[in-house]
Amino acid sequence: MSENKVDLKEIDRSIHDKKTDKDYSNRAKIGLTPKIIREISKEKNEPEWMTEFRLKSLEIYQNKPLPDWGADISDLDMDEILTYIKGEGEIQNDWEEVPEDIKNTFDSLGIPEAEKESLAGVGAQYDSEVVYQNLKEELVEQGVIFMDMERALKEHEDIVKEHFMQLVPPDDHKFAALHGAVWSGGSFVYVPEDVEVDIPLQSYFRLNAAGAGQFEHTLIILEKGAKAHFIEGCSAPKYSVNNLHAGTVELFVKEGAELRYSTIENWSKNMYNLNTKRAIVEKDGLIEWVSGSFGSKVSMLYPMSILNGKGARAEYTGVTFAAEDQYLDTGAKVVHAAPHTSSNINARSIAKGGGHAFYRGLLKVTDSADHAKSTVSCESLMLDNDSKSDTVPVMDLNTDDIDIGHEAKVGRISEEAIFYLMSRGISEEEAKAMIVRGFVEPIAKELPLEYAVELNNLINLELEGSIG
Amino acid sequence: MDKKLLKINNLASKVEKEEILKGIDLEMNKGEIHVLMGPNGAGKSTLANVLMGHPEHEITDGEVNFEGEKINDLAVDKRAKKGIFLSFQYPEEIPGVTVENFLRTAKSAVTGEDQSIFDFKFLLEEKMELLDIDKEYADRYLNKGFSGGEKKKNEILQMAVLDPKLAILDETDSGLDVDAVKTVATGIQKLASDENGIMIITHHNRILDYIDVDYVHVIIDGKIVKSGTMELAKDIEENGYEKLKKEQEECSYC
Repeated sequence: MSENKVDLKEIDRSIHDKKTDKDYSNRAKIGLTPKIIREISKEKNEPEWMTEFRLKSLEIYQNKPLPDWGADISDLDMDEILTYIKGEGEIQNDWEEVPEDIKNTFDSLGIPEAEKESLAGVGAQYDSEVVYQNLKEELVEQGVIFMDMERALKEHEDIVKEHFMQLVPPDDHKFAALHGAVWSGGSFVYVPEDVEVDIPLQSYFRLNAAGAGQFEHTLIILEKGAKAHFIEGCSAPKYSVNNLHAGTVELFVKEGAELRYSTIENWSKNMYNLNTKRAIVEKDGLIEWVSGSFGSKVSMLYPMSILNGKGARAEYTGVTFAAEDQYLDTGAKVVHAAPHTSSNINARSIAKGGGHAFYRGLLKVTDSADHAKSTVSCESLMLDNDSKSDTVPVMDLNTDDIDIGHEAKVGRISEEAIFYLMSRGISEEEAKAMIVRGFVEPIAKELPLEYAVELNNLINLELEGSIG
Repeated sequence: MDKKLLKINNLASKVEKEEILKGIDLEMNKGEIHVLMGPNGAGKSTLANVLMGHPEHEITDGEVNFEGEKINDLAVDKRAKKGIFLSFQYPEEIPGVTVENFLRTAKSAVTGEDQSIFDFKFLLEEKMELLDIDKEYADRYLNKGFSGGEKKKNEILQMAVLDPKLAILDETDSGLDVDAVKTVATGIQKLASDENGIMIITHHNRILDYIDVDYVHVIIDGKIVKSGTMELAKDIEENGYEKLKKEQEECSYC
């Protein structure tokens, strides 16, 4: 990768594992009852339909079994997980007003720098509430809305009501139902017809309480011909209690609109990351996913693109890094539901130290999707003999007149390549890091500079100490 | 100043259980160019890999001395830092890592000094010009999609940038067309100096037309059976290895 993108300086793992000394007196009781749900909804001053939605979701949640496939999540004690933590920080518009300890945490995560560099806006989520939001004035004037979901529910209730959990309904799976019942925070983006947001909209959130669940909801709507890039980063401090993340992302890409959704997730190593992300793309629209999955104990994450209109397109570029004691079950799903739709999936995974990276993808072409085109490429790289990689790209093709290409490669890091690099004076550790960074370069080059740097830092962190 | 660069003493090696080198003796001084010839499977590439420290090759006997220091157990990267360089017969492809970034990292590693982006770019472009390599190759991924000839040129580019004391060139001329052989060979000759030694492993004499060779060694069945000057290389080109092989077989007691 080109040098101007790469900052090889190593960062301290503790930055991401930092926990501030905070008073959590306001936390809700452990366990879930309709009463608690009502309390949450009431405290948030929500409209009646949302309260009902939450209660209905809770009912579905309580009646739905855990998924019987994928990761083993039997360790996860749902009653032990605090579902709602409200920090002391209310939503802020001015960095100066953000509480000091929260600022300290963000400082170590580099958030103010992002702001200083006059990025379009930062919605940073602290525990369950977004504490900081800002959006450039000219974007506001053009009618762009970028705010936290709680506020969107009050100020743009109609838009929220029309779209909220329509793509990921509560009866989709148990954690979608849980999300519907206890969702809190997240980002809301609305871009009006033909408006192009040329600077990435950014949101960064992290978990900060032992046992805290995070159920943020991201809802993005691009009207006809609109364009935007949304970036979400996550980091969580490390705790001994199992943590659950069950966020939901719903992306609506209308006719001719183009949305890029980039995310680098770096969860603490005790996190269950069971996230659901879905996009629906109308005629000639485009969704681009750029996804980096790091950390967590278990991840199950399969961003889905539904190509609903003629000529709709989906691009997915993702990297997953599974280290010691991690099981990362990730992949992309695409449903071609209209003619002349196309998709391109490029997934990379790395496993080391006994980690297990599992690619699970779905490509579905309905009988109405004639002339659909798709290329699926998944590659995995294992750094040692203890690590595991699997690839299960399921294809469900219901029409003949299509063009599908598929390529899967699973391999171990080449000893010859390491020898080659070492013969030029490069240490074994750096040689491996170089090969791994090269392996994920197709993803890094899709990211804005500071995120590419973060990706490299994360890779360096993960590789540290990987040499005997 | 001590001219002694490399001293190989009764070197034997094996890969898994197969013995390959069976007692190599060789000395090289700074300022010398040696050529190593021999039939396929004689152990030429093995010697190159053993000198570089390839982990699959185990030294079972003998000693490798580099500038007076025994390096039998030295790690690969440490050897490179001491000034040993191997131009690979089959260079590895490293996707996602550009030639420039890789070489700057390598240069920083062997010199122990961080290379400034600007100064390094200048150095790289100068060396690329010397070897008639298009500047755009600096931004290409290391050996990825390179033709056989491009890979070999790139190896010599690395040699030019890293400026080693001992350069071992393993069949650098194979896969090159006539013009490329000339470019690479004249490049090698330009890189040769009183401060370094070059060991050229080759099947053909074509590359030697452009290089002032001091010594030629013939390796057969893991041993150097004959050493001489360019005359020896010419003799082999005309008569092949059969005569030497026979001598070796008849002289199996020696």
